[in-house]
Amino acid sequence: MANQVCFRNNHLENSWSLSAYQSNGGYEVLKKILSEKLTPEELIEDIKLSNLRGRGGAGFPTGLKWSFMPRTVDGQKYIVCNSDEGEPGTCKDRDILRYNPHQLIEGMIIAGYCIDASVGYNYIRGEFWEPYARFEAALEEARAAGLLGDDILGSGFNFQLHSHLGAGAYVCGEETALLNSIEGKKGQPRFKPPFPAGFGLYGRPTTINNTESLASIPVILAKGGQWFLEQGLPSAGGEKLFSVSGHVNRPGNYEVPMGMPFSELLEMAGGVRDGHQLKAVIPGGSSTPVVPGEQMMDVNMDYDSIASAGSMLGAGSVIVMDETTCMPRVLTRLAYFYYEESCGQCTPCREGTGWLSRVTQRIEDGVGVAADIELLDSVAGNIEGTTICALGDAAAMPVRSFLKHYRDEFQYHIDHKKCMVESDW
Amino acid sequence: MSMISDSARSDIENWVDKYPAEEKQSAVMAALRIVQDENSGSLTTELMNEVATLLEMPEIAVYEVATFYSMYELKLVGRHKICVCTNISCMLNNSKAVVDKLEDKLGVKLGETTADGEFTLKEVECLGACVNAPVVQVGENYYEHLNPAINPDKIDQLLAELRGES
Repeated sequence: MANQVCFRNNHLENSWSLSAYQSNGGYEVLKKILSEKLTPEELIEDIKLSNLRGRGGAGFPTGLKWSFMPRTVDGQKYIVCNSDEGEPGTCKDRDILRYNPHQLIEGMIIAGYCIDASVGYNYIRGEFWEPYARFEAALEEARAAGLLGDDILGSGFNFQLHSHLGAGAYVCGEETALLNSIEGKKGQPRFKPPFPAGFGLYGRPTTINNTESLASIPVILAKGGQWFLEQGLPSAGGEKLFSVSGHVNRPGNYEVPMGMPFSELLEMAGGVRDGHQLKAVIPGGSSTPVVPGEQMMDVNMDYDSIASAGSMLGAGSVIVMDETTCMPRVLTRLAYFYYEESCGQCTPCREGTGWLSRVTQRIEDGVGVAADIELLDSVAGNIEGTTICALGDAAAMPVRSFLKHYRDEFQYHIDHKKCMVESDW
Repeated sequence: MSMISDSARSDIENWVDKYPAEEKQSAVMAALRIVQDENSGSLTTELMNEVATLLEMPEIAVYEVATFYSMYELKLVGRHKICVCTNISCMLNNSKAVVDKLEDKLGVKLGETTADGEFTLKEVECLGACVNAPVVQVGENYYEHLNPAINPDKIDQLLAELRGES
């Protein structure tokens, strides 16, 4: 099976409209929850049963996260959606916003109901104007239909939902940087603890979930946590969106069961581009360690299987590389990315990403020296685990894994001052 | 005299209304975007100071935001800012050829503006449309599948479309 959760409406004409969404059962779960006064506790239990794990990359169980909210404490609380999609290789949330925005809205209203938040914000990256416009139009439709705002469907439950537009900063995908950004500040991550559930947006209890996680909620509660669990694995329920990009014939977003063999997913994406062989795969977005192609062919798309290959599922962003790929060149580009995007707050990341970028660049340019490989390894090691947020680790992990699997290519670059492979790109 | 138009002010007010009354600063990102759009795509110190006054925040706090996020421009840019993604998925799909062709057609390098002030070419990080690589962003729009080896005319069409708006 495929396309049963976030992409379940994509085949409908104008799938982003309220009428299309409602024609396929949209907002029925919300109506049921409000009219039958289902309790947040029982809803959260069902989400725990589904074993929905956070789709933004960390994989933390969503139901458990919601249960951390001090819902009985008085005062304002917030639900925040992280649509600041920017991890290289990742482009699934964009399509949820464009093609199924009402399901995200319904998910956020239900989340607000479950954690006792009367206000929500959806943080959409600034470049996503078209998805933002779609989401805004959907908000207007939902408000006009009495599905969003004060006294939703006469239930007495109030929920206000707004977009917040970013302005270009990868680090704002980190949840506390994102909160600072909504507060109108530089998007620099906060030290944790305190965690957002205690001290979040404007210092109030806040839950932050990824777009895909929140958009999955209405389907989970409509069909039951057990149903969702059974679509995937006991360790991670559901179908999940995988963005397959790079050297494949049919790049695209594929919503398939958690645990699908990578080889099947690759086949859905049309296989490696014609006339070429699989060389390497980054399975979960640019931050996750690279895996050699032959090893990847034995891996399934779930947390445990990918971990056994030394990498991570991340946000399900599968970047496929064929034999024309010069690995030092790819790592050089990724190292530059983290250097560009480091917020500058922690010294190991601010300085270390600069070192990684400059040293990979000189290897790529044919002016590297023999000691550079050890230097890269050492700088990466000095970033790992020494920073406030995960961006430092995200910069270090590709370096470690590229050197582990493709050290010979780096050595070749240094010795011969050119690439080991021929590329047509 | 104010440099921010009444319509921009009302647009900013709409954003202010989304946040708690005492949290006007939350609208600073939207405000900077709105006044930048109105000022041909870039910000000035005077505009940032006006935003600070409008949102009752220290000027330095506005500068911090304006310098932190990559979509704000503190120098003049062309009427069309072509943002080219060269990150991994675009790179694997020949973004280098996209850059080469745009540089060739426009006669400028990445980071530069054409002499007639029409185009600025800017390298950007991942735009989040990786399955449609290579991708560029111009204003509110994305232009996708631009690999000249596969779609030889697309970049010419894009430039013609943008020039047609002149």
